[in-house]
Amino acid sequence: MKKPIDRRSFLKVSGTALGIGVLYKAVPLSFAGETGAMMRSLGKSNGEGVTPFSFIQLSDAHVGFNGPPDPLGTKAFERAVEMINALPEQPDLVLFTGDLTHDTEEKDVHAQRMKQFLEISKGLKVGKIMHVPGEHDAGLDGGAMYRDFLKDTYYSFDHRGVHFIALDNVSRSKPEVGPEQLAWLKKDLAHFPKTAPIIVFTHRPLFDLKPEWEWFTSDGDEVMNVLAPYENVTVLYGHIHRDHEHHEANAQHYAARSLIFAFPDPAQVAQKKPIPFDKDHPFKNLGIRVVSKQGGKAAATSLSVNDVELTLKEYSGINGVQQILKEPSL
Amino acid sequence: MRFSKISEAKYLICLPIAMVLLLALNSSKAATADSPSRVIEITAKRFAFSPNSVTLNKGETVTLRLHSEDVTHGFFSRALKLDEVIEPGQTKDVIITPQTNGSFSTICDHFCGVNHGSMNMTIVVE
Repeated sequence: MKKPIDRRSFLKVSGTALGIGVLYKAVPLSFAGETGAMMRSLGKSNGEGVTPFSFIQLSDAHVGFNGPPDPLGTKAFERAVEMINALPEQPDLVLFTGDLTHDTEEKDVHAQRMKQFLEISKGLKVGKIMHVPGEHDAGLDGGAMYRDFLKDTYYSFDHRGVHFIALDNVSRSKPEVGPEQLAWLKKDLAHFPKTAPIIVFTHRPLFDLKPEWEWFTSDGDEVMNVLAPYENVTVLYGHIHRDHEHHEANAQHYAARSLIFAFPDPAQVAQKKPIPFDKDHPFKNLGIRVVSKQGGKAAATSLSVNDVELTLKEYSGINGVQQILKEPSL
Repeated sequence: MRFSKISEAKYLICLPIAMVLLLALNSSKAATADSPSRVIEITAKRFAFSPNSVTLNKGETVTLRLHSEDVTHGFFSRALKLDEVIEPGQTKDVIITPQTNGSFSTICDHFCGVNHGSMNMTIVVE
């Protein structure tokens, strides 16, 4: 009798909160034996098999924002660029999940902030940087300024067997994706088998995380209904300026921290107010955390998720995040 | 002329009776439990609602009369099933009969400017 295939060890997308954002790895765990055969079969049906790669999510830089609560402006963002560039293995992609800039009524000033954002991100060695807008980028003008610099506010692309979908839930004034984009999403997904690994990146959460703080997308249910037939869906978002995980049957949702200031846990406080700036720990609760500097490790010597997570747990007291895609049911 | 004096007399008698009946019906409608007996004016102006807190009685039907003094605003509370757009220069009446006690944050969910994220008010039901 044939040994059943262990689908749990088939494919995983794992993520580690590096502090500079989140480092994700899309890794087929084995190319050998029956798992390898299934990999090849999946690759054939999906058009391209998943080959290992890593990418980083950054979010909510709010370039142009001046404290309080954060008097350091773009410092955390600049450090994020330095830390990514210092990684021993460069990720393939950086995904930026909105609020690249902080808004202003003065259009020229807002455009200048976008130029500053692009100037800083140009320092990244990573070859491919993809964006979606946040409401601070696109809320005032329906995304006109954003499109001048970065073109489409929603689109999709494929990378090493993973289908990435950028969704815009900020350009319509209300927190929604809207019927036009929903129709586009259905058409876009129609090309893919149900087993295709899909990573959606957007600004607001696509579920009711905290509607009273505008942490929701009013037609998020409709988006998730369109995605429901697909078995491997990961949704990455920003907006809430803190870590968060939300699990559904076919989809896992993860938020990244901000690069400007942090919001508290809505379950612990009544008012939506930023966590006050701590001058002794200026990057606390933001993206910046030292990954591995202690215990004889001079730096993260590899992109080993477990090593980094252990270091974070041991030295910062903050758990890393690990995410495992639901195994495909072939 | 087709109208006789009798017809004119009937008309003169019937009209006041109809008016009285109409008024009586309106009063009766106003007195029912499902009709609002209270109107609460709420004004939206970047980046606050005025007043920033209102108190309703559980089970009481009231009209929230919404205005904007500047740009388009939203008026949203998932818990109270409120999801309105307030256009400047227009009045939006929302009839509500809250059934649950509590303090409910209501936000502007129509992006209205740089401090949009802080535009909210509280509806207390007791």
